[in-house]
Amino acid sequence: MTTLQDMPIATKTTAEKPTSVDLVVQAGDGALIPVPAGGRLRIVDLHGNQAVDTLLYDAHDVDNRYSAFDTVREQGAIYLTTGSRLLSSRCDELAVITDDTCGRHDTIGGACSQESNTIRYGEHTRHQHACRQTFLRYGAAAGIGQRQLGHNINFFMNVPVTAAGDLRFEDGLSAPGRHVEVTASRDILVLISNCPQLNNPCNGWDPTPVRLVGTWA
Amino acid sequence: MTLYSHDIPGGSAWSTPVRAGRLITLTALGQGANLSVLLAGSDRLDRLNVPDTLKAQMSACIRAPMVLMSDRGLALASVVASSLDWHDALSGYAHDRSRNDLNPHGFSGDGLIIELAKHGLGEADLHGCVNFFSKVSVGELGGMRFLPGHAQAGDTVILRTEQDLLMIAAATPHPMDDIKDGNPAGVRVEVALAAPPTVNDEPARFRPESGRALEQTRRVFA
Repeated sequence: MTTLQDMPIATKTTAEKPTSVDLVVQAGDGALIPVPAGGRLRIVDLHGNQAVDTLLYDAHDVDNRYSAFDTVREQGAIYLTTGSRLLSSRCDELAVITDDTCGRHDTIGGACSQESNTIRYGEHTRHQHACRQTFLRYGAAAGIGQRQLGHNINFFMNVPVTAAGDLRFEDGLSAPGRHVEVTASRDILVLISNCPQLNNPCNGWDPTPVRLVGTWA
Repeated sequence: MTLYSHDIPGGSAWSTPVRAGRLITLTALGQGANLSVLLAGSDRLDRLNVPDTLKAQMSACIRAPMVLMSDRGLALASVVASSLDWHDALSGYAHDRSRNDLNPHGFSGDGLIIELAKHGLGEADLHGCVNFFSKVSVGELGGMRFLPGHAQAGDTVILRTEQDLLMIAAATPHPMDDIKDGNPAGVRVEVALAAPPTVNDEPARFRPESGRALEQTRRVFA
């Protein structure tokens, strides 16, 4: 489990913008990162094909939270990429994707939970690690409980939808070193679960660490 | 036998508890009707989870005989019949703040939040809704396209409640519908007793995932 104590001391990368966060999140672990307005948070898929389940909250009001379906409707497309405005349930802009070397990201597939794992894969998976366990563990400090868990973003995950209305999980489009970056439009909390799922190809059957790099004044 | 019937006027929201083992028949009362529906389970905390419902049943829309699943992997209701092969669940509901080029009409589903408040719930309990009677197709590159007039007057969808539910519904136009007239269609809600499921129950046999959600629910409420 990554703790605040594990975070390295801020180091200057450019003259103006110090690196405020630089940590590796192990597979199956999570993080809660406050990002101030204007701050940039980069998520690096270190080994490729690793789903990073992500929720965003207004840092000053967690009921104003990321809304997957408001976001996709307003942009008129189901996949997220550079330029996607990440909207809240009040249709406020929480952040914008400002860089993306993967190409597209899912936001309709949701997060795995112990309970949904038993539905999808059988009772033997009930006590495996799951993203919503991680969300609840790391969200608690900010008052994020079960009621505050909305439908999330799955960075680096590939969930194609067909014209016939079918949906499936496929091997990712990502590769080692690809990254996505969000820029906060207001003070936000970024709640991350580095997905531990072993039962489908969303992590290439082998969950791996990701790196978070936050840059703000 | 119908226990009761209520017509939600176009543009209005409504909420009602419905006990387990009931059939809820929704009927479009005019062309282009849309009913944005939120569901909470018997404890009012365990609510509809659209992503889980879709991925467990490998579908990008709601259709018969899918099981509508909760955050905790339980069956809330099953779609036992539908005259339409597609009900949108990817677009959210129309709210004041999304009234723009895509949603120029004045009807707001924010009434859903007022209905939540009547039951001690609120904004924190919002979740992905099902837009019954509406179709939004997805193109190869992910583009979403609303199909006007998907539902005609008389189209129906029938849900079977699998546990005691709270149903919150707004008969407001779909948020991507650019209807110009001020009279959106209403939706009739009829509640009746459901017959016990048989061994050939279509939702239970649809996919192993659908059957497991129903079985988990039977265990929890045994």
